[in-house]
Amino acid sequence: MHLTGAQMVCESLVREGTDIMFGLPGGAILPLYQTLPEYPQLRHILVRHEQNAGHAADGYARASGKVGVVVATSGPGATNLVTPLATAMMDSVPVVAITGQVPRAAIGRDAFQETDTTGITLPITKHNYLVMDTADIPRIMSEAFHIARTGRPGPVLIDLPRDVLTESDDFDYPEHVDLPSYKPTMEGHGQMIKRAAQLIADSHRPLLMVGHGAIISGAFAEVREIAEKAQIPVITTLLGIGSFSGEHILSMGMPGMHGQAYNNWAIDRADLIIGVGMRFDDRVTGRLSAFAPNAKVIHIDIDPAEVGKNVRVTVPIVGDAKRVLHALAKQVEQVSRPEWMSEIEALRSEHPLHPGQGNGLRPQHVVRELCDITDGRAIVVTGVGQHQMWAAQHYVFKEPGSWITSGGLGTMGFEVPAAMGAAFAQPNRQVWSIAGDGGFQMTMSELATIVEHNVPVKFAVLNNNNLGLVRQLQDLFYGGSRVASGYTGNPDFVKLAEAYGIWAKHVTDEPQVRSALEEAAAVDGPAIIDFHVEPEENVYPHVPAGESVFEMIESPAGQGALSWLT
Amino acid sequence: MADVSLNGHVHTITALVHDKPGVLARVAGLFSRRGFNISSLAVGHSETAGLSRMTFVVEGGDWVVEQVTKQLYKLIDVVRVTNISSESSVVREMALLKVKSNKDNRAEIMQIVDIFRAGIVDVGNDTVIVEVTGDEGKIDALIKLLQPFGVRETMRTGRVAMTRGGVAAGTKQTAIPAARSAPDTEVVP
Repeated sequence: MHLTGAQMVCESLVREGTDIMFGLPGGAILPLYQTLPEYPQLRHILVRHEQNAGHAADGYARASGKVGVVVATSGPGATNLVTPLATAMMDSVPVVAITGQVPRAAIGRDAFQETDTTGITLPITKHNYLVMDTADIPRIMSEAFHIARTGRPGPVLIDLPRDVLTESDDFDYPEHVDLPSYKPTMEGHGQMIKRAAQLIADSHRPLLMVGHGAIISGAFAEVREIAEKAQIPVITTLLGIGSFSGEHILSMGMPGMHGQAYNNWAIDRADLIIGVGMRFDDRVTGRLSAFAPNAKVIHIDIDPAEVGKNVRVTVPIVGDAKRVLHALAKQVEQVSRPEWMSEIEALRSEHPLHPGQGNGLRPQHVVRELCDITDGRAIVVTGVGQHQMWAAQHYVFKEPGSWITSGGLGTMGFEVPAAMGAAFAQPNRQVWSIAGDGGFQMTMSELATIVEHNVPVKFAVLNNNNLGLVRQLQDLFYGGSRVASGYTGNPDFVKLAEAYGIWAKHVTDEPQVRSALEEAAAVDGPAIIDFHVEPEENVYPHVPAGESVFEMIESPAGQGALSWLT
Repeated sequence: MADVSLNGHVHTITALVHDKPGVLARVAGLFSRRGFNISSLAVGHSETAGLSRMTFVVEGGDWVVEQVTKQLYKLIDVVRVTNISSESSVVREMALLKVKSNKDNRAEIMQIVDIFRAGIVDVGNDTVIVEVTGDEGKIDALIKLLQPFGVRETMRTGRVAMTRGGVAAGTKQTAIPAARSAPDTEVVP
């Protein structure tokens, strides 16, 4: 088959199972766009900003388990992808980015809209390519999708000079990708799995800490089997939420800086931590020297570089979480741990989640009501900040693949385009974006795209007219000096919604919360609720950055004790 | 954990990489992004077409070496990484030294060069170029001895290294002729 480079890209996308891509055209990538009408099976969603296209592809990938595809032009189009690529990299999300580049002869001459896209994205992609020969396109496209979706997934960028897209060559799509230098380890080492089973049998106070890797590999049944068989409480990291039903008696919720306080105390007492598809991030561990001081560690991860990176590991197991846990479950003995269970129960009742102070509309209450009316089965997308933590703490997820948030990079504004992408992936599920007023205003330009396609995303904006978590940090650790954290010129989000033709409502009191959420859920299309929440509300607990569980502030009453630190 | 990386051991690591544009940038970028300290880097073709071999000298403790190795492996273009510091290996560096010289002291310079089994590869009116191969210590020692004459310019390749015997890092390899310069006794343990 003799095809132009642009046709080759489209042909390859079809073969890789792509049915939707998010993008915004420009000069260098136009040959690809002009070819799109020949491929009606490739749906293109025109966004308002390339950053949002990247996050939409990310949200689509997380909600569907498929590879998300984003398209942008050279120069500013490509640089606008930096944030979403870094976001996808940190959270191990399979995204393929296709960018236009100036013609080959112009590369290196500072041509109009030229930038060193592969150079810029080198540390924030799993791999990237600058295609200098049209004949290479099928091989590179197949490699890119293979690399993005296998092993520890991640974003891959393909930079295509305009004349590479317009030239023609033979198209022969490789059936298999063979990269001798890229062979992810899937099966865990038998001896290590045996030792892990022994450690579990010998332990008295074990904890499972389950992360995103368990969700990516679909290890839900395996996590549950091991937890139940060996009676091990399950902590889920921020990105691991949903890997284990929040309703299960062994479910503990989130650890770390803003995790449930009782989890941090449980970790302090544990004699064994079994980390599954997680990376002992600093938000989880706090000060490393004080983290889980009494525990041996089994660390299961598909990325060998994560094992031993942050904490010392007793039994390292490199492999796919599902396969390793499947093998481990066979060797784990049935035990019950009544003493540990009652210790955990005591910790739970001594250190409950803070329900909010109750002056005005509590954001925690909004999340709990949303969880209730959606039966814990909606897809919930958030940005970063207080709203994200309240959502993580108070929404009890029953199903895996329902929680989409920017964890590692902490990207504000993620909540709008990622929710849009998730809704394209799961048209039959309710998608709720729990947003902050700060993040919402970073990416709300995508409301236009949402209207164009009548995407039924519901936005619950927890509006406190603040960069809430910044304000909280300033109050707790900077002597209450609120510099550049207050928003005094926020728009009326209901009027803004009206401008887009989106159903919207203000909510100021707790009794109105439930009916407003139900009304929004019933709208055929997008909806925005502007919740005027209490601006002084803080997220508890709060382990100060770089500190240990002993410095954890569990409630407003605990704040005074720390004021001398500032 | 950071304290672990501070004990200043020196490690020699070799990497077999695909000979593709940008691979050096990927490797260099990785080192700077992760805060690893490379004190020397040498790159050249390997025995296999399409593959290059890099030799790094990395400062840091076991944690650093383990992380360097694992992070290098994550690069798609990296085929194999070998830490050869703990194995019995041959370590060499080459240097070209431009030394001020005239007909009066040329013989004296040649004598020093001979002791080091180095060679003079260019003679000008007022300079000579000395070529020397050996470990860093030997080259440092020669430079020190030549300094009184005036060393105008030095060009050093950085360390290359190879394990003794058996099959070398990454691919099957045929027998290698003995190193052409000094005997192996000078190899740094």
